Amino acid sequence: MSKNKNWKEIDMASLITKSGSAKEFKTGDWRSQRPVWLEDKCTQCLFCWVFCPDSSIIVKDGKMTGIDYDHCKGCGICVNECPFGALEMEEEKK
Amino acid sequence: MSNIVAKTGNEAMAEAMRQINPDVVAAYPITPATEIVQLFSNFVHDGRVDTEFVAVESEHSALSACVGASTAGARVMTGTSSQGLALMHEILYIASGLRLPIVICEVNRALSSPINIHCDHSDTMGARDSGWMQLYAEDSQEAYDMTIFMMKAAEDIMLPGMVSTDGFIISHAMQRLDMYEDEAVRNYLGERKPAYTCLDTENPITVGPLVLQDYFMEVKRAQEEAVLSGKVRIKELLKEYNKNFEKDYNVIDTHNIDDAEYVIVALGSSAGTAKYVSDKMREEGKKVGVVKPLYFRPFYGEDIVDYLRDKKGVAVLDRSSSQSSMGGPLFTEISSAFYRNEKHPVMKNYLYGLGGRDLKAENVREIFDDIESFAEKNGEGEIIEYITLRE
Repeated sequence: MSKNKNWKEIDMASLITKSGSAKEFKTGDWRSQRPVWLEDKCTQCLFCWVFCPDSSIIVKDGKMTGIDYDHCKGCGICVNECPFGALEMEEEKK
Repeated sequence: MSNIVAKTGNEAMAEAMRQINPDVVAAYPITPATEIVQLFSNFVHDGRVDTEFVAVESEHSALSACVGASTAGARVMTGTSSQGLALMHEILYIASGLRLPIVICEVNRALSSPINIHCDHSDTMGARDSGWMQLYAEDSQEAYDMTIFMMKAAEDIMLPGMVSTDGFIISHAMQRLDMYEDEAVRNYLGERKPAYTCLDTENPITVGPLVLQDYFMEVKRAQEEAVLSGKVRIKELLKEYNKNFEKDYNVIDTHNIDDAEYVIVALGSSAGTAKYVSDKMREEGKKVGVVKPLYFRPFYGEDIVDYLRDKKGVAVLDRSSSQSSMGGPLFTEISSAFYRNEKHPVMKNYLYGLGGRDLKAENVREIFDDIESFAEKNGEGEIIEYITLRE
């Protein structure tokens, strides 16, 4: 991580002048539990992608390919919404 | 060219708003400031301004709408008083934190409880740490001039500001007003050149993000720098204003001060009463003068110290109580300003005029007499006293 700026170096009024920078703010370490994808049970219905509030279901070419653990906060909504039991929550290891 | 008219403080502020011709005004009525935005809404209806007038359901919403419009880059004003300013309190800090040059035409009125509609300074003093510039006008003319000036200063140093008048005493009293041509005011202000706008889709920005332990202090320190450098800039801008409109305003106004031994420091209309009494007492050979801080925020402590350092006695008048037992806001600021000076006058704090109680000329004379005897006793005794209070 780069050194934090001092008060003379920051942008006025705490503005963020760069777009899409939320991606740089890693929220994965907020998790106490993590969703695990069971690929063999997955039917690619993409309910998980629709319901994930943090855009943490990675989809490529229209298909679910994994979970973005840098940003997933472990809310468990995807596990709750999956109709096929293809997502499970497990304790985050210390 | 100027135009001499008779206007109340509220009318003077409404006329200043008309000449400023802001892009957006969002407001909610409250006694004794209602007239300002009511008259202004007439100007909107009659097509005399180009303003988008947003009628809202509360002062919280009024200032919130102002913040939104100002982040878009608009020139924005509103008006309020007392409980209305209190309801805006949360948004005051947001406006200053976002460095938005919003101007509030404020009319000083007591805060409940008990409910009261008359003048004291507890409403604006409650907002003294909100990062807004504050100035206290002595009469209609100052209210008019300083509304125009505050718009210029706010946009120049990118901080919001409130211009206040004493409720009813100035807001509803008819006085002689020297008004400028509309064109002169509009030329003086020019167009607002915002430092940022949330409507620039080519350069998207985030306004008001979450800032936690790692940056919050840096943001607040940077904001305070705007106030510190603003102190110098305001003086330069005021010089320009004086030149432009042939006026003689200073951040700290003084009267009969040079050889004065005893001085009253007061804000707003009471300073006018004190000037009158000072003139009368001068005729009797009493060396008495008046210091009126036009600006309370930023606070020009160094200038005030310079004016008062060599005086024998200084009576500081506060029209609000901090309920702290340490004196009112003006007194605590001035005594703090003197802390690092070895030499300081005997000072005493007089609390007066709460809820609109009159400060009469004879009361001011009593204060001058009292500070003289207090100084002769080297400041022994209580240093905070309520005047005109039944005991």
